[in-house]
Amino acid sequence: MTTSNSLVYLIALPLLGAIILILAGRRADKWGHILGTLMSASSFVVGLYQLSQMLGRSNQARPVTQKLFEWISVGTFKVDAALLLDQLSICFVLLITGVGTLIHIYSISYMSHDHDRRRFFAYLNLFIAAMLLLVLGNSYLNLYVGWEGVGLASYLLIGFWNQKPAYATASKKAFVMNRIGDMGLSFAIMIAFASVGTVSFEGIKEHVHHTSTGALTAIGIMLLVAATGKSAQFPLQAWLGDAMAGPTPVSALIHAATMVTAGVYLITRSSFIFDAAPTAQLLVVIVGAITLLFGALIGTAKDDIKKALAASTMSQIGYMILGAGLGPVGYAFAIMHLLTHGFFKAGMFLGAGSVMHGMNDEVNMRKYGALRKFMPITFATFGLGYLAILGVPPFAGFYSKDMIIETAFNSGGTKGIILGSVTLLGAGITAFYMTRVMILTFTGKSRWDEEVHPHESPLLMWLPMAVLAIGSVSSGFLLSRGDALVNWLAPLFEEHGEHSELLKPIVVSGLALMMVAIGVAIAFLKYSRQEVASVAPEDVSVFTKIARQDLMQDRFNEAVFMRPGQHLTQVLVKTDEAVIDGAVRGVGQMAMGSGALLRGVQSGFVRSYAALILVGAVLLIAAIWVVTN
Amino acid sequence: MIELALAVGQTQTPEAVMFWILAPLTVAAAFGMLLVKKAVHSAILMASVMINLAIFYIAQDALFLGIVQIVVYTGAVMMLFLFILMLVGVDSSDSLTETITGLRPIAITAAVGFGGLMVSLLSRATLGRSAVGLQVANENGNVKGIAQLLFSTYVWPFEVVSALLITAALGAMVLAHHQRLQTRPTQRELSTERFRGISLANAAGLPAPGVFARHNAVDVPALLPDGSPAANSVNATLEARGDMLNSGAFELGKIDTSAGEEK
Amino acid sequence: MDAANYLYLSVLLFTIGAVGVVVRRNAIVVFMCIELMLNAANLAFVTFSRINGDLNGQVVAFFTMVVAACEVVVGLAIIVTIYRSRRSASVDDASLLKR
Repeated sequence: MTTSNSLVYLIALPLLGAIILILAGRRADKWGHILGTLMSASSFVVGLYQLSQMLGRSNQARPVTQKLFEWISVGTFKVDAALLLDQLSICFVLLITGVGTLIHIYSISYMSHDHDRRRFFAYLNLFIAAMLLLVLGNSYLNLYVGWEGVGLASYLLIGFWNQKPAYATASKKAFVMNRIGDMGLSFAIMIAFASVGTVSFEGIKEHVHHTSTGALTAIGIMLLVAATGKSAQFPLQAWLGDAMAGPTPVSALIHAATMVTAGVYLITRSSFIFDAAPTAQLLVVIVGAITLLFGALIGTAKDDIKKALAASTMSQIGYMILGAGLGPVGYAFAIMHLLTHGFFKAGMFLGAGSVMHGMNDEVNMRKYGALRKFMPITFATFGLGYLAILGVPPFAGFYSKDMIIETAFNSGGTKGIILGSVTLLGAGITAFYMTRVMILTFTGKSRWDEEVHPHESPLLMWLPMAVLAIGSVSSGFLLSRGDALVNWLAPLFEEHGEHSELLKPIVVSGLALMMVAIGVAIAFLKYSRQEVASVAPEDVSVFTKIARQDLMQDRFNEAVFMRPGQHLTQVLVKTDEAVIDGAVRGVGQMAMGSGALLRGVQSGFVRSYAALILVGAVLLIAAIWVVTN
Repeated sequence: MIELALAVGQTQTPEAVMFWILAPLTVAAAFGMLLVKKAVHSAILMASVMINLAIFYIAQDALFLGIVQIVVYTGAVMMLFLFILMLVGVDSSDSLTETITGLRPIAITAAVGFGGLMVSLLSRATLGRSAVGLQVANENGNVKGIAQLLFSTYVWPFEVVSALLITAALGAMVLAHHQRLQTRPTQRELSTERFRGISLANAAGLPAPGVFARHNAVDVPALLPDGSPAANSVNATLEARGDMLNSGAFELGKIDTSAGEEK
Repeated sequence: MDAANYLYLSVLLFTIGAVGVVVRRNAIVVFMCIELMLNAANLAFVTFSRINGDLNGQVVAFFTMVVAACEVVVGLAIIVTIYRSRRSASVDDASLLKR
């Protein structure tokens, strides 16, 4: 495999930026944001250079590696800190650094009034570095380091305004729920080491045919747990909505475009495991299907624009997970949807940020309305993203989402029909809630308070939005033209055999567009024809109420995990105090008691010490007497 | 014990006579050391023990050691003891009541056990073996014999011991040395201080001790005009040691002659 | 006469010295008792020398005397120093170690 010396710069540059910005402290306040942006941009340049190098090589010689140092060497267990850049990682590298750089630029303006802007950029750079390490690691252990790194960066950025207790709680919630997923990943690594003996992608791929299906299934399920944690999939989805507490650029970069898609990356990267473990693969599909409906349903009831978008993200990642769970035929489409989603969802989040920026940080869509006139650029870019997510041809989502729907239908048998229906239904609901967002925000009558004066955002903010909008429009077409992405990624995945063709692509597209049209029509009838209340109405159906409460996900977690957990903790604390602390204290008291007894000997009087010596001498002589007797 | 009694019965040689006279004396003197109250008496008894030991040494053909014992121990070391005793207070006598509970029974029990066990061990080890005697070793004289050993086999320990002696002398000097924190005030400074002080009461010097010439009265406070004793007329060391006499006993008109003898 | 009698005497003197160290409070007397123990040991050495018929024992006794002399010098200096700061030659008064 080709080696390269320049891979490390991808990670090192943003990491250096993060270190400088954190260590320099307030001294860097003046230029910190520029340094952070430059570091991210230079990483993007390195990524482009790597892409150009890669394009110049033959299909099989494209992956490059770089060994940094020998990390762990214990007996037969050897792990190098090494990087692997192949066709899959380069997609992520360019997405992360490209979208990342745009969001850096956006943040310069968005965070300009914030006292701690430098710290924000330090965390953003840290995130970029960790995410790049995640996608560049050549083994599960290296990936794990980046995995934890993005978790940390996500925690720091969600809680960036941690002076508000609710935001601090949100960051803690995200961190704790991610820990559950991380535990899955660490278990997967342990099982992989125990059953295969190595943790590198290459090594496991080679040994996958000699490994029992049971072990592979276990690894696969644990990897799925990891993916559900990081990508906010069912049943670990509850943190994503609260993660919107972070600044909007964070939501765009971490909780829409990149970090939350790490689960999709993990599953795609582990394709050789899932292909050999059908049970785990089936579970992946089920999780994806549940989440895509789950997220979409939550999205219909949210009045908070960021939470609506977060629910949508959850749902769209559900599509990707579902696609990745369909096997070799679906990986490329999952990645394609991931990339197009990275563009249009990041663009929409930035648009939401722009709206909030002009509306005094108001997030309630019921307080918006008629913003089209005041924010034309935001409306245009957001609108393009909207068309892309709906899957309207020829926008990006049309290519990627339709591919997933089509693949789902064609996955065979009853399973195919169920999955296809679910994805179609999801597309319809998506159309409904996204239309709802558009209508509530940009059209109708203005419902905002008097002191709010909406205005268009400055150049530094709308420029990234415009670039992302271009991506939303064109990326789908460019990636699917002549099956560009599918062929690009093909060497990484197993050949997939012929599959049944239940429905022709044109039929699927027609069905999807029909569903979208229905969703748009319902939303239009419900929100454009009628007056929208600026306060959320209370006399709504029980389903709406449930949806507003995130389909009871928090209640469920609290009732099933948190409360019993608390009880268990209390019991454990009492047990700890009584038994373990009791034993420890008992030992201590024994020592103290014997000390108190012996303290009497330490009278401080020389004569008593002399008497003790004399007694000792007597005992010694007595011993001699006995021995020589 | 039976052997001991037999040994008494076998007393025939002059040495045995000497031993059976001096050994009880030595033991008695040693016991006396424990029992007398005054440290000076202990020192005298100690000296007698050491002289007895010197005689024992000479009796056992250790002429050199016997002489050294008398010169070094009874002469130098005991003098040093007496010297320190003078410094610390010749007259102070100790109370023999035990203050640490249970110490004395423990000590005596341990001592009896120690002595008994040692005697038992000794009797086991030496019985049936007669002494070789030093006639051969002392052929050229005891001093020459010891010198030969000291400067051949034991020359290295000998040198080391000399270093030890010097170190000990230095150590004693360091310990006895009193670090002066300020320069010693000059006569001029002292007198200036006396006259510039808050009170001029002692400007002419402290009162001299003593009441009458008939008594070595450095430990008797002088009487002030009002008849009360002047505490600052007596050396502070004597006062601290409690060796100060009550000058009231010498008050005119009621001279108590027993006061002088009390000391 | 049996030379062992000197050894018994030595044991007796040593024991008396040991008791003295424990029982007496005056530091100087305690010190004299230590000297007594050393001398008792010396007597044993001299006697051993006689029993074995060579002078090694006497040489050791000689060294013991030198060491004892050193010990006396330093020990008395310590007593003087303690006396200077505490105005007392009682070993019980120097019992601050326990506090």
